Amino acid sequence: MADIPDITIEVSRLVKTYGSLTAVNGLSFTVKRGEIVGLLGPNGAGKSTTMRILTGYLPANSGSVHICGHPVASQPELTKRHIGYMPENNPLPEDMRVSEYLWFRGRLKEMPRARLRSRIDEVLELCDLKRNRHRILGRLSKGNKQRVGIAEAILAEPAVIIMDEPTIGLDPHQIIIVRDLIASLRGRMSVIISSHILPEIEATCDRVLIINSGRIVAQGSPAELRHEIFGHTSYRLELAGDPAVLAAHLTALEPTLKVATLGDCGPDGFCTATLMTEAEADLGEKLLRTLPAHGYRIRSLGRTQPSLEDVFLAATRRSWDARLPDKKKTHGDNRAPLPKL
Amino acid sequence: MRHYFTILSQEIRALLYSASTYIAAVFFLLVMGFIFAGILDLYSKEAQETPPAVLFFQYFWFPVFFMVPMLTMKSFAEERRMGTLETLLTAPVSTAEVVLGKFSAAYLFYLLLWGTTLGFHYILQVYARDVRYLDTGPLIGGYLFIAVSGLLFVSIGILASALTRSQAVAGILCFTMLLGLIGGLSYLGDLSALSSERLSPVKAAIDALRIPSHVADFTNGVIDTRQVFFYLTGSTLALIFSILGVEAKILNS
Repeated sequence: MADIPDITIEVSRLVKTYGSLTAVNGLSFTVKRGEIVGLLGPNGAGKSTTMRILTGYLPANSGSVHICGHPVASQPELTKRHIGYMPENNPLPEDMRVSEYLWFRGRLKEMPRARLRSRIDEVLELCDLKRNRHRILGRLSKGNKQRVGIAEAILAEPAVIIMDEPTIGLDPHQIIIVRDLIASLRGRMSVIISSHILPEIEATCDRVLIINSGRIVAQGSPAELRHEIFGHTSYRLELAGDPAVLAAHLTALEPTLKVATLGDCGPDGFCTATLMTEAEADLGEKLLRTLPAHGYRIRSLGRTQPSLEDVFLAATRRSWDARLPDKKKTHGDNRAPLPKL
Repeated sequence: MRHYFTILSQEIRALLYSASTYIAAVFFLLVMGFIFAGILDLYSKEAQETPPAVLFFQYFWFPVFFMVPMLTMKSFAEERRMGTLETLLTAPVSTAEVVLGKFSAAYLFYLLLWGTTLGFHYILQVYARDVRYLDTGPLIGGYLFIAVSGLLFVSIGILASALTRSQAVAGILCFTMLLGLIGGLSYLGDLSALSSERLSPVKAAIDALRIPSHVADFTNGVIDTRQVFFYLTGSTLALIFSILGVEAKILNS
């Protein structure tokens, strides 16, 4: 496996249609060696279809996929050797034992017997399955099955690992285990995972591709995406004072600073305001110094970051060409993300 | 073909684990035992012109109709329903290897089950204390027929399984195709509509494809290469269609 190029996955202008339905529509992206990429999108966005095309299971209508420099369409035997794949819902044969299954899969992936024997021990250790190695797959819990699927995917140490919703149906504890497992592959293998669980993607992935209706609507690291989609910073402020002149004071402080929303004041006179600015610099200190000088009392101030969920919703909505700025703002407020202090 | 033996051993293991294999085996031995006992009963009543082995193989169709669907219906239908076909085909194996591996496993089991009926003839010879009852000629011919025709029957079962995701549909489809092949062709040959002079080549062709008459030829020691060729090409064709069927189902999934 020494001949692995820097770019392990290269997809260009991929199109896949099912009858009249276009599942994947002109998708292009590349994945570098050792990178963990998250594929994000609503149901039916084309995530699973894209992954199946990458593995060579489904043929595409047009476009090309290269895995480690080999075209999937014309040399599937070569590219399949570089891929570890875990399909959606992780299907496993019910009547086999864990170690038997891994042995069978390892032999299919052309691993020499001696190497396979030690490698099975390794992956069982990695995936915390040692106690379950002789258990029957059909009787394992969902979390253990999922880990068997991951163990199978990394078994032959492929250059590319493709996992379709690896954390679906797991409890939070197991999600953390799986997430750590995926993170431990960083730098060695290229990983593509798809998920609906956004904090998951945010925690593990170096780069996120947001797909909707078969197109990439946004891509980049979670931080880049936030900036690209929203392009502004917001502050959450609890203050008491005259709200009527607040806007004027803020504009004096920073021309782009505006009151996005202003909640009703409580019995103690404090109300919650969300401020938005296009300025890059942190305005927290200025706010804390200026507003009390004008007679406002401030109880709390926080800089809020849009979560990946907001980014996802905004990006998919934007791709439907229904960009409603008002709605977006209220949405950001409704969620009341934890302020970053 | 380097994964052929991996898949073959995996499939044999799967067959050994599956209950339907044992049901098929028990059912098969039971039915064949009754048939054999019935034949002996017949021979004890009056003298017959043919040795018992010849008559025994005339009933080959009865177990074939039930056993072949049971042995093969699981092969692709179950994998497709479970979704494991996707993991199997995304490993560096070709569809042809998978189809051949599954076919070989089912075929070996088919041969093994038929092999157990050798015991009937052995027991007969031991209890009759007469070596003449172990009729080597018809036995060799008969088992040769079973081995050659089994290629076609099992590959038809694999084809039926490759076309659907439901085991029940695969089983019934296989049964129907075997019925058409074994019973239907014999029936067609008897149709009076074919007896006219102009249609005589058609009738000759259909007569040549009558599987029950193949059994008679084999057990009487006539091994016709045309018949062997028919079974070999037929099974090759069914396996090629199975490969195409598996791949076409993926395209339309």
